[in-house]
Amino acid sequence: MPRFLVRRVLGALVILLIISAVTFWLFYAVPRDPATMSCGKNCTPDMLAKIRHNLGIDHPIPVQYWDWLKGIFVGRDYSGFGHCNAPCLGYSFANNQPVLGTILDRLPLTLSLAFGSAVVFLIFGIGTGMMAAVKQGKWQDKVASSASLVASSMQIYFVGYLAMYLLVAKLNILDNPSYTPLTENPVSWASGLLLPWLVLSLIWTANYTRMTRSQLVETLSEDYVRTARAKGLSSRNVFFRFAWRGAMGPIVTIFGIDLATLIGGAIITESVFSLQGVGRLALSSVNRSDLPMLLGVTVLSAGAIVFFNIIVDAVYALIDPRIRLS
Amino acid sequence: MTPPTPSAAAPLEVTDASVETSPLPSTPKGSDSRSPGRLAWTRFKRDRTGVISAYIVIFFIVIAVAAPLIAKLYGKDPYTTYASQNPDLLNAFSYPAGPNGGMSSQFWFGIEPQLGRDVFTFLLYAIRNSLGIAAAAAILTTVLGVLIGVTAGYLGGKVDYLVGRVIDILLSFPSTLFFIAFMPVVFGFFVAPDDDIPTSLRAISLIIVLSFFGWSSIARLLRGQVLGLREREFIEAAKITGASPMRIVFKELLPNLWTPIIIQFTLLLPLFVTSEAGLSFLGVGMIDPTPDWGVMIARGAQFYTEDFTFMLFPGLSMVIFVLAFNLLGDSVRDALDPKSKR
Repeated sequence: MPRFLVRRVLGALVILLIISAVTFWLFYAVPRDPATMSCGKNCTPDMLAKIRHNLGIDHPIPVQYWDWLKGIFVGRDYSGFGHCNAPCLGYSFANNQPVLGTILDRLPLTLSLAFGSAVVFLIFGIGTGMMAAVKQGKWQDKVASSASLVASSMQIYFVGYLAMYLLVAKLNILDNPSYTPLTENPVSWASGLLLPWLVLSLIWTANYTRMTRSQLVETLSEDYVRTARAKGLSSRNVFFRFAWRGAMGPIVTIFGIDLATLIGGAIITESVFSLQGVGRLALSSVNRSDLPMLLGVTVLSAGAIVFFNIIVDAVYALIDPRIRLS
Repeated sequence: MTPPTPSAAAPLEVTDASVETSPLPSTPKGSDSRSPGRLAWTRFKRDRTGVISAYIVIFFIVIAVAAPLIAKLYGKDPYTTYASQNPDLLNAFSYPAGPNGGMSSQFWFGIEPQLGRDVFTFLLYAIRNSLGIAAAAAILTTVLGVLIGVTAGYLGGKVDYLVGRVIDILLSFPSTLFFIAFMPVVFGFFVAPDDDIPTSLRAISLIIVLSFFGWSSIARLLRGQVLGLREREFIEAAKITGASPMRIVFKELLPNLWTPIIIQFTLLLPLFVTSEAGLSFLGVGMIDPTPDWGVMIARGAQFYTEDFTFMLFPGLSMVIFVLAFNLLGDSVRDALDPKSKR
């Protein structure tokens, strides 16, 4: 296990390095000058040069990338902002705020959105999938399967507005989506995010229902399940101790990927519900040509993806003894 | 283990054929040899859900192709602001004056709030544009994925290693974020930063961006398939008889890969339809006044609390299309590969 982890973490770091370099290159592939944008209308060449110097963009691109990398590990000195401590992701071109601080400000909302809906769609998805597998071929199975097919064809940018129209504007059952920090007021935290959770879960549950059902149907017909039955274990025991464990692997895999996607910024979801999370931050940083912010969000999102991939592989090996880590 | 029953030992295709011809066992039909394509087609025709979904998908394709013709017969176009010619169509708050979003015999699907365009023709052209972009991107992605995957699998060695690492990196990219970040870059290749971006360029950029990030999963799948096929006798025989690598790839390998390729394509198209609409919804794909599913939903979002009817048309039509296509894809998968489980 430790060797596996070290190898995978090194691989992940290389991937993050490449992704950040690609982002850097992509940004400068378009001829644009962030200094001109922040300088405004009455700009003199002197002011422009000063802004460039303050932002640290008066060097060639590879040097800038090197400075950015160095900033993460040892910190960095800006002539405009002073010293920036060790995990330094720089300052925004658009509003001169520190990148790391801005991301950390937005992260709780995105995490609440991700973990809140994950709890809901895991419970509902795995629950209905289990029911469908046990009642295979009966009406419960058919209802669950067709409902999940319909739900998986829906899109957040339609269902989100539909739900807000029906539940908020017409029936007044739920509150308009908003964010209050959990530590401030747990009740308004939950009530403000309830609608996005439900809508996200409606769409994501379907995957888990289908996956759980097909995995369980497959494992229930495996020899080791038959053996467990033959030696007289109760069907509840067989189901939870043997079949369930065998079916979990692929579900853990897609859950890891989905969670990484959600944490990396549910850009469309946050736009639909007008929530100011990491996804909206990414969108605005692209629109405002804000390289340091874009880099920060990209590294965070890609980091979430590679990190959860490692976790998934490790968990998979713990659940399924047939798989060895190598 | 269990002794194989005769039906289990026989190839699946034969079992299927005998089931189908069982009412007429004396006819020589059962002994006819049938191509795998014919067998898949007979299996598909028996799947009622699949056939109905196929009709719905064909209906959408016909609408998309015939949109200009239908609009001409209907006598309107998606760009004219009818409210400026006839101010009675919208009320004082710029919402449709009639009930249900202003639906009438003249404006079948109602009128767009604020600008007063015709919803019916706007939706027609939206379906045309969105499906066109998604289909082009899906075809380009599949071709790219097949070429790269087959090449990597067949050549092996360093090429395979390099392609494998590129795929690893591409799959770690946060995709939506990169779609958004990449669009201005593609624009930048074609126009100066401050110039207007022509509509056709927006469409082409969407196709490029979707394909650029999309090919990796198909390539990975096909690479694996080719690795298995490469060691088989018929490839070895082809090599010994002096067939060129091109011939081996196109005449020997590719015919064995059609099933996974078609299956991947059916998974890809609905994904691209929704991604394209999502990007246009965020304002980085197609933009108003170009009719597009995503553009319509973004428009509808501006006044959804006041007039939800407008949003219903693009929203529902997209759900119906994606659902029908998903069902069709499932049926095609079952027909091509009856052993696979869902």
